[in-house]
Amino acid sequence: MIPSRQLTLAVKDLKDGIASRHIWSTLGWQEIKQRYRRSALGPFWLTISTGTLVAAMGPLYGRLFGQDTSSYLPFLATGFVVWQLIASMINESTQVFIGAEQFIKQIRLPLTVHVMRMVWRNAIVFAHNSVIVFLALAFYLPQWEWSALLAFPGLLAILVNGIWAGILLGLFCARFRDIPQIVGSLVTVAFFLTPVLWKHEMLGRHQWAAQLNPLFHLLEVVRAPLLGTTSVALSWVVVVGMTLVGFFVTLVVFARFRGRIAYWV
Amino acid sequence: MGYIRAREVTVAFPIYGGSSRSLKKTFMRAATGGVLARDAGDRIVVKALDGLSFEIKEGDRVGLVGHNGAGKTTLLRVLAGTYEPVSGEMMVLGRVASMLSITLGMETEATGLENIYLRGIVLGLRRSEIDALVPEIIDFAELGDYIDMPMRTYSSGMAMRLAFAISTSLSADIIIMDEWLSVGDQSFSSRAQVRLRQMVDKAKILVLASHDPNLIRTNCNKVIHLDHGKIVNIETIEPPAPPG
Repeated sequence: MIPSRQLTLAVKDLKDGIASRHIWSTLGWQEIKQRYRRSALGPFWLTISTGTLVAAMGPLYGRLFGQDTSSYLPFLATGFVVWQLIASMINESTQVFIGAEQFIKQIRLPLTVHVMRMVWRNAIVFAHNSVIVFLALAFYLPQWEWSALLAFPGLLAILVNGIWAGILLGLFCARFRDIPQIVGSLVTVAFFLTPVLWKHEMLGRHQWAAQLNPLFHLLEVVRAPLLGTTSVALSWVVVVGMTLVGFFVTLVVFARFRGRIAYWV
Repeated sequence: MGYIRAREVTVAFPIYGGSSRSLKKTFMRAATGGVLARDAGDRIVVKALDGLSFEIKEGDRVGLVGHNGAGKTTLLRVLAGTYEPVSGEMMVLGRVASMLSITLGMETEATGLENIYLRGIVLGLRRSEIDALVPEIIDFAELGDYIDMPMRTYSSGMAMRLAFAISTSLSADIIIMDEWLSVGDQSFSSRAQVRLRQMVDKAKILVLASHDPNLIRTNCNKVIHLDHGKIVNIETIEPPAPPG
């Protein structure tokens, strides 16, 4: 089906790309600096805007959903910040190769470097936003459990899934220029369909609808441990499965079309 | 080590217009099959390189000549490793320095010093390797204190000097150039030529695409004539006279 040489090259690209940490960390950080050059607070503007949004929406939606603010606000803060990471990785995935056109055409670098750059950039933004999570949790949920540390492997899982999503979406979007628009609107819809503003328990006996959504599980592996909820085993099963299937499909597609990306961008 | 071998290298560009790249057409093609498919699916493919075979050995200075659109730039990009041949095989052994775009990776908002690191990393250097090159680059580019200023404050000449100084500061086995680089005003230009000459002389292989017959004659010992993506002939000419 796929010649083994192409598969070897695709795996090599992935390995070399991930290993070129000095390239993607420098370029990714540079892009963040670029966005906030000459602004006094720099990336903390993101923290402020996310914080404002959570502070404004927390009490309102808490009331709308008949929730107690002290439980709803940390739920919203955590969910929203993690959602932003997921959504922005999906959205930026569409541009990883299109946006790196100059690099791809002029110089030989593993293509995965451009994907890692996107993931790293989002990890940095998330680090800034996570201040909101800490504040909300410190204020409303003063008692900490060791199990909250399980959020870290969860976060790692999200970033790792960003790698395959970046390769796959980046590739399709380089070929079909309509896909970025489609992805953009789907992500917006997904925000409302995924339990970010609302809790899946609110669905009552229709909770299965939320459970079918893989993004819910991705969110849950970080959010649940932070909020002190245990029993995220199902979510982990889904996330691990998603990672394996995602990388498998991506490798097959990447092996087949990797050499074409330079011609498409 | 420097060695290049091409075997039946073919490169074809699919031409996507605004419409044929769209999903709709592809779906329509899949869904309708018949008449529409012909209309939407007839992809135009331009063969930029057509079955090229050649060998370049250590010490070779190769000139690529041909009309506009003959495939020179495409071949340079295949040599640089960015375009993969559709069929055939290109083997390139050695560290390649592509001089196709000497400003790639540089940011106008970043300072000169930051740009040295950005450009250096894009060229495949480690931070520690760049550290060692920095003083010499600043000195050669004649930027002085401007090195700590954002590049957008530079004149275009200063920016080019910096880009040139960085790109020519590393050594490579194989140098790929599209026309001979020349930058800056007269005094800088002559220093730049000396530096570029040194870099080229140190390299094991030079591949230079040019429209200038004199340039090819003075620099190359082998000339590949391209026309419509095919090799018309490969001739060996007298080795370049020693400089001076």
